[in-house]
Amino acid sequence: MSEPRLKESVADTSGVWRPRLSPKARLRWDEVEKRYMLVFPEAALMLNETAPEILKLCNGEHTVNGIIDALVQRFTGIERKIIEEDVTSFLARIRARGLLEG
Amino acid sequence: MGAPRPYTLVAELTYKCPLKCLYCSNPVNFHEMRDELSTEQWIRTFSEAADLGVVQLHFTGGEPVVRKDLPELIRHARSRDLYTNLITGGTLLDEGKLRQLRDCGLDHIQLSVQDTDRRTAELIAGIRSYDKKLDIARLVKKVGFPLTLNVCLHRLNIDHVPALIAQAAELGAQRLELANTAYYGWALENRSALMPTRAQFDALEPLVREARARYQGTMEIISTKVDYYSEYPKPCMGGWANTYMVIIPTGEVLPCHAAHRIPGLHFDSVRERPLATIWEESQGLNAFRGDDWMQEPCRSCPMKAIDFGGCRCQAYLLTKDAAATDPVCSLSPRHDIIREAIAQAERGDGSLIYRDVKNSERLSLDLREPVAR
Repeated sequence: MSEPRLKESVADTSGVWRPRLSPKARLRWDEVEKRYMLVFPEAALMLNETAPEILKLCNGEHTVNGIIDALVQRFTGIERKIIEEDVTSFLARIRARGLLEG
Repeated sequence: MGAPRPYTLVAELTYKCPLKCLYCSNPVNFHEMRDELSTEQWIRTFSEAADLGVVQLHFTGGEPVVRKDLPELIRHARSRDLYTNLITGGTLLDEGKLRQLRDCGLDHIQLSVQDTDRRTAELIAGIRSYDKKLDIARLVKKVGFPLTLNVCLHRLNIDHVPALIAQAAELGAQRLELANTAYYGWALENRSALMPTRAQFDALEPLVREARARYQGTMEIISTKVDYYSEYPKPCMGGWANTYMVIIPTGEVLPCHAAHRIPGLHFDSVRERPLATIWEESQGLNAFRGDDWMQEPCRSCPMKAIDFGGCRCQAYLLTKDAAATDPVCSLSPRHDIIREAIAQAERGDGSLIYRDVKNSERLSLDLREPVAR
């Protein structure tokens, strides 16, 4: 958290923003590692269990709060606060890479 | 040891190209490699690549749009869930073709531009192409593709980087690649004319850093260095035949664009063997995997796990020994070659050799004598 820009982005993602995955990025199932990956020009991110669920809701219709609500319902064993942090930090990270619009 | 997982396949569909760029990375003897793979052979190869774990597929050349079967190849690659990227000069495209490619599922387009200055741009490309490229950049956006602009930097355009960045932003590019020319193929022939001076190169980094901060989240700016001006060599291709493969128009599977220049290596063709077998067993691909091949000063160097001794092709092209330390490294006993090249760049002499069939025929004749200087 040493970069001020990143903090700014986190603040942006905590509101009523409706993120949309950039058309240059594509969520795909990786048959070799048996998990989802996000692919975009020249690179790919291997994803954990929650990230694909977040990305599936990044279609410009759901607010960040709405995405958090949906994940809280889905992952019942996990505290809301942890999910909140997970969603905002993940969105900030991929936004900084230019992978989100809206 | 099993072969590592390949993530990226660069498919050089053809060496035909209407442009004659002075910095082209294609082999100087490209005119001898005209027996291109068929549509069926490429389609089978893409399926085999997907089975091996390849994720990224770059269509390039030459000019890949020359191939009439490009839409069919893209459609097949997408059916195997490959991320498809078209690397093009743009001059053969139009709105209809772009819509067709989009409907086939093409994910992304990288368009090369030469400069913001029309005269230099066309001097570099060797043909009139400046206006057409700008038209195509706008059409790429209009049709709905994400756009990357690729600019190869050299002494004639490196001072125009602020204008290049502004133009890319105005065109709505999501990515801008500012790639300093790498000196292989035609670029090596033209090195004395193309290499920027140290002062030009040093001016670049602060500009790029400032632009990156300004455009963060809207336009990604990627830049690659002139390795001649680095203290240590680049980790070429992330290691020889590690995550990356290049298949040339005639079907041979290489670890990079330039490896067929190294004598004594045999690269198998997808015409003859399945891609998985080639990736595992090819003599050429195994030649520099791992670090058993290294000599001193690389062998005992703590940097060897980071830069893999640099680039094998550059070591060969400049020292005639492919297993030598990349002469770019300040620890190389042949670093004098690089110092001399830099001195030559400061003098700024050298004639221009365009990438065309006539020059290719001429250069093919003395290919047996490596272009070391």
